[in-house]
Amino acid sequence: MSKGILYDATLCIGCKQCESACAQQNELPYDDKIAAESVQTDHKFTTVLAKDDKFMRRLCQHCEHPACASVCPVGAFHKTADGPVVYDVWKCIGCRYCMVACAFSQPKYEWGKLNPRVRKCIMCPDRVAQGLATACATACPTGATKFGDHESLIAEAKDRIRNNPENYVDHIYGLNEVGGTSVLMLSSVPFEQFGLPKIQRIGQEALPEYTGRVMDMMPDFIPLWALVLGGVYWVSNRRAEVAEVEAEERALRGGK
Amino acid sequence: MTIMNIKVTFWRVLFVVIMIAGLYSTYVRYLHGLGAVSNMNDQYPWGLWIGFDCLCGVMLAAGGFCVTGAVYIFHVERLHSVCRPAILTAFLGYVLFIVGLLFDLGRPWFIWHQMIYMNFHSVMFEVGMCVMTYTTVLFLEFLPNVLERFNLAAPIRWVKKIYPVLVCLGILLSTLHQSSLGSLFLIFPEKMSPFWYTPALPFFFFLSAIACGLAMTIFESTLSARAFGRGLERSVMTELGGALYVVLWIIALLRLQDFVHRHVFASIFKGSYEAYFLWTELILCFAIPLTMLSFKKVRTNPHLLYLAALSTILGFVTNRLNVAVTSMDRWNGSHYLPSFTETSITLMICALGFFFFNMAARFLPIFEDEHHADSHAASASEQLGAGQPTLVH
Repeated sequence: MSKGILYDATLCIGCKQCESACAQQNELPYDDKIAAESVQTDHKFTTVLAKDDKFMRRLCQHCEHPACASVCPVGAFHKTADGPVVYDVWKCIGCRYCMVACAFSQPKYEWGKLNPRVRKCIMCPDRVAQGLATACATACPTGATKFGDHESLIAEAKDRIRNNPENYVDHIYGLNEVGGTSVLMLSSVPFEQFGLPKIQRIGQEALPEYTGRVMDMMPDFIPLWALVLGGVYWVSNRRAEVAEVEAEERALRGGK
Repeated sequence: MTIMNIKVTFWRVLFVVIMIAGLYSTYVRYLHGLGAVSNMNDQYPWGLWIGFDCLCGVMLAAGGFCVTGAVYIFHVERLHSVCRPAILTAFLGYVLFIVGLLFDLGRPWFIWHQMIYMNFHSVMFEVGMCVMTYTTVLFLEFLPNVLERFNLAAPIRWVKKIYPVLVCLGILLSTLHQSSLGSLFLIFPEKMSPFWYTPALPFFFFLSAIACGLAMTIFESTLSARAFGRGLERSVMTELGGALYVVLWIIALLRLQDFVHRHVFASIFKGSYEAYFLWTELILCFAIPLTMLSFKKVRTNPHLLYLAALSTILGFVTNRLNVAVTSMDRWNGSHYLPSFTETSITLMICALGFFFFNMAARFLPIFEDEHHADSHAASASEQLGAGQPTLVH
């Protein structure tokens, strides 16, 4: 069964335990200076944003139909059966198409390195495979970040909104965005205030559909176009041949 | 002025300066990584190198498939004399595209992974495979020049035999990857300005490649005629100018239809940051060349035709840079400008293109009518921009 993360911003206290746990899990540096950074980078896969007394966590959404996996020419990204969208560094050639394609701008790059990797939250695939919760969910003291079965998390998110409608904006972020994501979010303030793209902007359709429609035409287009080109060549070549023979015949007749 | 028996000219000095700057940047690129050499960042993972070296490089090399297609598939024999220069430009264009890619890729040493870890859903994969195959095709199309130079009759016959297949394959592959360069952008509609994001991007990329292929053929023929003091076939140039005129009208009308259909036509006239870039592009792509080419006087005058072609080229280069960079400025809430070192590598690649074209034109029978023996004039680059193209009717 597919797993997921439910982040409820109304429960978040901005303690950044998730950030620190994430750094530890992924062997990234973490200190006060990095804690103060409010952008995701190659050394910070998740960040807790604060605005007045409101918080919002940013991390890879782990799309059901990830654009990064679809665009990668060497298939360095794939979504596992458990839900995480993972990255195989040994395949990567560094074209950075994943970074451009991601609607949530999650993949970050090691710009300073000579053999750079794409970095992003990979939803602790080793822990998940062992049946454990992600590092961030385990570290969260208030239960704002909850790990569990995707389906039951959706049901729980709906329940929370239904039971306390005054506490939430009536939207589960990630339920329908770009065809659904494994990470779901609840908040009391509109999500776009924290830089999450509006659903009206990114749509409910899986992003790979946009290029898929074109790519699907290829198997039909290639033989058809080859046939047309070959046909035109044959006709125009034949015409030239006939013209040549006719000219010869005319010359012969004229000669007699 | 001469130093060690080499004449010093403006173009040669410029070439050396660009090469020194470019080599320094190459050193920085491969010793300190992409971040040190370019202004690309997490917000702009694609910059000048993808926007210009790759997108424009492939577009400007489209003359190869346009001209060979016209000559060998449609039997437009009149264009035969521009076939070889067009193939040379295309071959150089694709080789330099790959060189550009080796700078841009974060892990260029794994570029061959493309051939073993195939992702058939990826547009980039398709482009990569097409470019790889087409470069091979172009190499074979270019090969007779070298074989003739060394009087190798037998292999020339072999290549001649498969030539129609090569040309057909060339058009097929070009159709695929020229349009697919546009498809690359289809997957992030949300990030791009509606001025440039359209589901029809693949069609526009393909059509603009044809326009630029024709414009580049005019451009390079005029330039090399000047540089080598050789004759320029006015009738061929007029023919190309006419074809360019028609193609530009088709693109202009389709763009207009696209703007109206997606309801962005009105916002073109509202002053905005993107609108200024769009206007620059539209004026260079359509307003200037279409006005110029509508006069017969322009189509028959090599100087004016050259200017019209140049405007077209600059216009579509602006268009592709707009698609790749400008259109994402609003989403990112910031701007991207290439760094000095980043620009110097692009300039170095362009300079290498001119250099190799020059060398090939001198030492290989590219211009069939006049062999290199005729270009007794001291230096090609010296005459560049100085001489007058002579006219042959």
